[in-house]
Amino acid sequence: MRKYYEFVVEGLIFISGIASIIFVLLIFIFLLKEGLMLFRQVGVFEFLFGEHWYPISEPPRLGILPLILGSLWVTFGATVISVPIGVACAIYIGEIAPGWLREILKAGVELLAAIPSIVLGFIGLVTLVPLVKKIFHLPTGLTALSGSIMLAFMAMPTIVSIMEDALNAVPRGYREGSVAMGATKWQTIRRIVLPSASSGIIAAVMLGIGRVIGETMAVMMITGNAAMIPKSFFQPVRTMTATIAAEMGETVQGSDHYFALFAIGIVLFAITFVVNLFADMSLHQKQARV
Amino acid sequence: MVDQKIQIKHLDFYYGKFQALKEVNLSIPEREITAIIGPSGCGKSTLLRCLNRMNDLVSGAKVEGEVLIDGEDIYQPSTDLVRLRKKVGMVFQRPNPFPISIFDNIAYGPSIHRFAAKKELPGIVEKSLEAVGLWDALKGRLSEHALALSGEQQQRLCIARLLAVEADILLMDEPCSALDPIATERIEELMRKLQKNYTIVIVTHNMQQAARVSSRVAYFYLGELIEFGSTQRIFTTPLRQETEDYITGRFG
Ligand SMILES: Nc1ncnc2c1ncn2[C@@H]1O[C@H](COP(=O)(O)OP(=O)(O)OP(=O)(O)O)[C@@H](O)[C@H]1O
Ligand SMILES: [Mg+2]
Repeated sequence: MRKYYEFVVEGLIFISGIASIIFVLLIFIFLLKEGLMLFRQVGVFEFLFGEHWYPISEPPRLGILPLILGSLWVTFGATVISVPIGVACAIYIGEIAPGWLREILKAGVELLAAIPSIVLGFIGLVTLVPLVKKIFHLPTGLTALSGSIMLAFMAMPTIVSIMEDALNAVPRGYREGSVAMGATKWQTIRRIVLPSASSGIIAAVMLGIGRVIGETMAVMMITGNAAMIPKSFFQPVRTMTATIAAEMGETVQGSDHYFALFAIGIVLFAITFVVNLFADMSLHQKQARV
Repeated sequence: MVDQKIQIKHLDFYYGKFQALKEVNLSIPEREITAIIGPSGCGKSTLLRCLNRMNDLVSGAKVEGEVLIDGEDIYQPSTDLVRLRKKVGMVFQRPNPFPISIFDNIAYGPSIHRFAAKKELPGIVEKSLEAVGLWDALKGRLSEHALALSGEQQQRLCIARLLAVEADILLMDEPCSALDPIATERIEELMRKLQKNYTIVIVTHNMQQAARVSSRVAYFYLGELIEFGSTQRIFTTPLRQETEDYITGRFG
């Protein structure tokens, strides 16, 4: 009797354990099945590097280069904004701020992470967008720049909290050893703490970027959604995620357009997979070395 | 009469409300090894950390009294902490080389104190490693990661990086407690060699170690200095009963 019980419990735990893998596989298979259908009609090269996305013209043109570039521009902009600020913020919280302030700041960062992206997008729409329009004298404030700024807000909590963990994991002995040699606080941070936490910091940045690439709602609301190859940050762009979200509801199931949206999903999946892989590798590289 | 390198006068130390050191008066002679012994929690580490002001990092810590090093009170507001800690080096219980290369570990001090040009660094590294007996073993591996070394080598490296900044006082807080007996013996040998040029203060729980390496012993109990004198006298004819109980192992 006891034996059966053990067996059942073990089995249940095993199933829960591999459930996540199974779900990922199922999703991936479904994505592939639907997405790859497209390539019976459209060439891979034509799809990835085609400059025009006119899915409902006759015949449809399904080139996603503008969408890929839109995502990359917005992601790049968000990275450029959020990484320096996020890194500096994590250093301040983890190394410099006195105890009480640290707690307040950490709570603030967590709160920022808890804001639903649609709310951030909405706030961006009514505050940031008009501001960008006015400052840069643009015909519209719905631009890659606005999207980058908003996404930077979303990447920041990820970057700060993961990097802060990385800083925390640096053994006290390193800091003490450095300070006891007469190093100042800043010398200790720059020359000892940051290098020892470097793999965690890279992972933090990567995961922040991963978050940005996959973000949908906010970008859809404030980047203008024009499927053109972007030439500057002051133009409207359309990202891959926004395209899927906006068009999935209107497309006929089984049409080329429908399959193309799934194929975009595959591209997105591949990009985020690579980014997360890099994050993971840099996290584990350290453990292997020490 | 030997020169007094460190003079501690009427030193009281508090962690918040808790008084960890009470009215400590102690003179530590130059170029000798002074051992600090006493039961756990009696304030040995606290005293050591008063000597390079590492206790400044503890919030709520308070110091009263004087600590004179080379005649200068290090608790003056004008004290330059960077200079003080360059002169008074510290070796920790757990070897804590920085997670960078062996070369960079040694070069770290000279470069933060900016007293050596880049081209002098290899010479300083060689001299420091030579002084701790690591040069022959490591000269071909200087770019390797310091954490790849054995515990004993790591501890030697930690001593070497202090020699590289020309420290002249070495504070060692149970430097051998994470090492095996053979490594311990070799570190002790190194200490005896270093005492020709350095003033060493060592905290140890190991009576034999204190007897083997030190020329003076200070016995602490509950934050008070109970007895201080030459090692030989303390171990043969302690004046106080408490000291005798402790060193003969009759203590609690
Ligand atoms: N940061 C701190 N805050 C508050 N109390 C402390 C702190 N550090 C040490 N103490 C207390 O001060 C007393 C002396 O501590 P200390 O570490 O100097 O003892 P020790 O003689 O080095 O002991 P051990 O042999 O275990 O290393 C102990 O009672 C300890 O609990
Ligand atoms: Mg101690």
